[in-house]
Amino acid sequence: MAGPAPASCRTEAWRLRILYFAWVRQRVGVAEEAVSPPEAVRDVAGLVAWLAARSPGHASAFADPRQIRAAVNQDFATPDQAVAPGDEIAFFPPVTGG
Amino acid sequence: MPGPVVRVQEAGFDLAAEAARLTEGRTDIGGLASFVGLCRADDGLAALVLEHYPGMTERALARIAQEAWGRWPLTGCTVIHRVGRLVPGEPIVLVLTASAHRAAALDACAFLIDWLKTSAPFWKREEFADGASRWVAAKAEDDAAAARWAKPA
Repeated sequence: MAGPAPASCRTEAWRLRILYFAWVRQRVGVAEEAVSPPEAVRDVAGLVAWLAARSPGHASAFADPRQIRAAVNQDFATPDQAVAPGDEIAFFPPVTGG
Repeated sequence: MPGPVVRVQEAGFDLAAEAARLTEGRTDIGGLASFVGLCRADDGLAALVLEHYPGMTERALARIAQEAWGRWPLTGCTVIHRVGRLVPGEPIVLVLTASAHRAAALDACAFLIDWLKTSAPFWKREEFADGASRWVAAKAEDDAAAARWAKPA
């Protein structure tokens, strides 16, 4: 059947794969999770605010947003970058390689 | 001419073997610059544990190497970064750059190590002999070192 999907289907379709690294992973307690945020979550900053409310571990990980870096689909991303269904979004501390 | 070679691996590497591999059969290389980063034993450090973001790491290193390839007239480039548990004295990272003349090789080598410290998704955790452990914090001087390579607007 043609036409837009009913709104009730959105949460099912709007799935994001979230990855955590280094101390962000340790504080959240898992290395990755699949989430279906509400429609109001449109960008990386909105996703951070929504994730921070999921558990005390998430709240601890995202307590200081200045210490968090993000990547969307394996490219570094700024807080205002849009997120879309199916995206792989990673959160981690500033990098310390080399 | 072969392009940049980028590897992320747990195993060690041999500087002489990698240099020989890069220069084998070549007669167009006049200068080969190398940088090897080693695990240093600060404050009773027992080991460094390097975590990375599989997939993104390789993409980021390839992008950084390609940037160097575009900025300088390189004829060879190898970047190897180790992950996992490393003890003091072990090599962590290798950068090799080759060019017809020394300036391009030396500058590109410095650029690569400065950029990969700030632009590739690796994280170091320090383990100490007494069992304590802490994540290494990013350094402002590393950002400053990377920023000196920013292209003029």
